[in-house]
Formats: sequence, structure tokens, C-alpha cells
Amino acid sequence: MVATAISSAMEFAGGQSGRQPAVEIDGVGKIYQSSDGPVTALGSVSLDVKEGEFVSLLGPSGCGKTTLLRMIAGLEEPTSGHIHLHGRGLDGLGFVFQRDVLLNWRTILENVLLPIDFKNKKPKAYTEKASQLLATFGLKGFENKRPWELSGGMRQRAAICRALIDDPELLLMDEPFGALDALTRDELNVELQSLWQKTRKTAIFVTHSISEAVFLSDRVVVISDKPGRIVEVVEIDYPRPRSLEIREEQKFGRYSRHLRSVLDRYDMARRV
Amino acid sequence: MMLIRSVLSRIPSEIWTLVALLCLWQAIVSIFHVREILVPGVDVVLREIADNPNFYFTQSMHTLGNTLAAFVISVVFGVGLAIAIVYSKFLEKTLYAALVALNNVPKVALAPLFVIWLGTGNASKIAMGVLISIFAIVVDAVLGLRSLTPDMVDLGRSLRGSHLKMLIKLRLPNALPSIMAGTKVAISLALVGAIVGEFVAAQNGLGFVILSAQGMFRTDRVFAAILLLAVMGTVLFYFAEFLEAKLIPWHESHRHRSDPVTRRKPVRPPVNSASTDMSAPSVAVSKS
Repeated sequence: MVATAISSAMEFAGGQSGRQPAVEIDGVGKIYQSSDGPVTALGSVSLDVKEGEFVSLLGPSGCGKTTLLRMIAGLEEPTSGHIHLHGRGLDGLGFVFQRDVLLNWRTILENVLLPIDFKNKKPKAYTEKASQLLATFGLKGFENKRPWELSGGMRQRAAICRALIDDPELLLMDEPFGALDALTRDELNVELQSLWQKTRKTAIFVTHSISEAVFLSDRVVVISDKPGRIVEVVEIDYPRPRSLEIREEQKFGRYSRHLRSVLDRYDMARRV
Repeated sequence: MMLIRSVLSRIPSEIWTLVALLCLWQAIVSIFHVREILVPGVDVVLREIADNPNFYFTQSMHTLGNTLAAFVISVVFGVGLAIAIVYSKFLEKTLYAALVALNNVPKVALAPLFVIWLGTGNASKIAMGVLISIFAIVVDAVLGLRSLTPDMVDLGRSLRGSHLKMLIKLRLPNALPSIMAGTKVAISLALVGAIVGEFVAAQNGLGFVILSAQGMFRTDRVFAAILLLAVMGTVLFYFAEFLEAKLIPWHESHRHRSDPVTRRKPVRPPVNSASTDMSAPSVAVSKS
């Protein structure tokens, strides 16, 4: 099963031969040492993500999808296998965390400029760009507010602006909308999609929401748990821009049902 | 009448409490005819200060100078030591352990040693102030520096910042509330240290005033110095609070000051006591 999943992914890669791979994941595994002995968080995962592609990692909690994302970001070392980032490598990525991690001692604008500060560039030169980014996410006029004065959705929007400020080649998102209410989540999905359409950045998006994965992605990678491994890669063939209404369409329903059945097959659906 | 009321309402309640305490002191002394050599009245003490303003000013400034010097040294070295302890397992096991052990020695007992080492000048008083106050800073700063959340560590690492960037941009600002808490304790302790130093050996300062006045049974002088010390300690504490509000306006404990919504004074609930209830209909009657 694993083998067919990978080969189907490769066929897909072959179909888009014009695009260079941005991320190559080759037989990556992760074993944690716990008090009860070693625990395999991730079996052996191989996946190529093309330049400008939006890929979702879908799976139950604790299946290792976050671990995989963290290894891509260099926050954790794989126990086996290799990850290769093309282009600027680790310097060229933006990370959006599950919690926004905005710093209370900085204003919203200063928070967005944090990566610039960290990379020893002049924040002044990026102020204009930061304001523009905030404006595209509807945060115009909030530049000088403090994080605690904003709602959860606005905070996560600011966190996305922070990830984008230094023009990353690769955008990594770890269940960024998981803590938001359903309506805000929908809004942010639409905003993220239109932003992605404009910039065409390579994006890897971790989620446990089937509809979110189908709505946003070019490809949905289903990961099972214990140990985490890729069980299927589903290509989402929907024209863009996609509106929220497509979720009512039969085709969307077919994708959702298929993903649900894949998760069910591995007895994971009840935990999704 | 309205003017007086508005002026009076602007005086902070802390001042009213102090005035009330002084009145109580004066009342007890007057009613029970306490002998002046035991406890002089407030009037006597205030007159003593008013009669020798230059003397008390000079002595106060002396003690204040040593206290502030000790405080600044404590903050600088305390935070520095805390950073070293947080970044080095070795220092944590040695230096931190030594500091804890040293803190459990009654530090006042070391005061005579400082006189032998540093002489009877300012240095021994400042050293005493540092010794007593630095521990509060180190302990709170270590706690604050360690309390960087895993999320913030991830954020810093994903931005590929150097250790120095992590320290300056994340760890230190995140530790500021903790450091400020230590600072508020330390500023009072620095004053204690300076006074202890002056008790042991000195030719000036309020501690010296107390000790020499005691030798001459000038209780009024002792009380004058104590009163000035109380004022000084209070002012120093509020100075530390002021610093805190300036440095961490973003912290939960200070947010209401910068929040325009809650900045307004709470509206007083309508008075619905019996007197107003009864007066209301009477006004209505007179109008009709």
C-alpha cells in the first residue's frame, strides 16, 4: 500500500515535469526515546513537493504530521533519511505555528518585522512592506496595537504576515487555524488561498480537517498513525479561485468521502 | 467646596493612610502622656527635622547614594549572573549552588568583615547593600530567563537567530516582568544593607545618625531618622514600580493603564440610600 502511494505520487510528479522540486523528502523517519523505550513517531516517509505547489498533510492527532513539518523546518533532526530544501534552504522558509506566538512586548507591526530583526536587516526598510501585508489581511490601522488587543483570528493573520515578511520560498503551516471558530476559519481559508494564488509560494499545510485540506490543496497527503506513514496521496483537481460554495458541490463531497474512507480504512477516522 | 473636594480626591489613598497613622501616633502620645525620651510626639520629631534641614538632608543623601549604588550594581551583576547561570550547566551547578548557600548565611553577620576588607568608607556600605539585595535579582531573573515557552523557542529557531538574538529579542524581554519583581524587592533590601553597613562603622548616613543619637538618648533624633528612612524606602519602592510600568507596559499587571477603555474611572453606582429615596418625592411635590 505504501509503495503504491509513493508510486502514485511519483506519477503525479512526472506529470508536472516542468516544475522543479522545492522539497525532497527521502525515507525520513523519526524515533523518540521515551521512558518506555523507543517510540516510532514516523516510519519512513518519501515525498516530493513541487515549486509553487500547495500540499496538505492530513491525518489524526499524533500521527507524526507535525513532526514531519518540524523536520522540514529544521526544528527537529530526522533519525533516518534526508530532507533536501532547494533554493535558499532553511533561510527561505516561513513558519506559521498552531498558536500565533505573537510577542506581547512588541506592537503588531514590530511583531511582523521580527524575522527582519533576527536576520540582521534594517526593519525600517521593511516597514512599508509590513503595513501592506497587514492591509491585505484586513489589519490596516492595527499596526500599533498590542497582540492582546486583537481577536484570535486577527492574531493568526498577523502571524501569517510575520511568516511572509522576508519573502519565503516555502511556507510551512502547522494547523494554523485549528484553534479558531468555524466562521473565522472559513474566512482565513479564503484569504490564505487568494494570497497563495497571488504569490504561488510552495506551501505545506498540516491539518486534521478534511474539508480544509480539500479546499486549499493541490494535493492531500494522508498520513496514518502508529507508526506515521503516507497511506495515500490524493490530487485535488479543482480550478482556482475556489469559493467556499464548492464545499456544497458533489465533486467536493466525493473528495471528502474518499479521504474519509481512506482514514476509515486505517481506523483513524474516529480520531480525526 | 467642589474645588476642595476635587483636590482632595486627587490625593492618593496611600498618603491618607500615612497621615492617619501619624495622627494615631500623636494621639497615643498625647492621651497617655508618653515620656518624650521613650516616644516623642510627631510635632517634636517634625520640629527636629525642620530645625536641622541641612544636617538631615546631607545624611539622607549619603544613605540614598549608597543605596542606589548598591541597587544598580545588584541589578547589573544580578542579571548578568542570571544569564550566565541559565546558559551554563556548569555555572548552574557551581555558582547558583554557592549563591543559594551564601543566601542562607545571615548576611548581616558578614558586615564586620566588609569593614575589615573595604574600610569604613562608602565601599563597605555599598558591598553590604549588594550582598543583601543581589540574591532577589538573581533568583527572579533566572526564573524569568528560563520561562521562555517552547513555542517562542521554536519561533526563534525557525528564524535561525543567533544565541545573542534569542537572548536580546526573546529571552530578556520575556524575563522582564520577573526581573522587575526581583527589582522591587531588591531596592528595599539595598536600603537595609546600607543601614546595616552604617550601623557597623560610619561617620555619616542615617544609620550613623540613629546610632549616635541613641548613645546620647536623643530619641527625637532617632525617630527623625527613622521617619526619613520610612519616607525614603517608600519613595524607592514607588520608583521601582514606576520603572516597571515604563519598562513593561505590555504586561498583564499594567495593561489597564494603557487601555483607553478601562482607563476611565468607574462610574459610581447610583446612591439609593433611604435619604435620597425620601428626598426625591419631596422635590416632586414642591415642583407641583
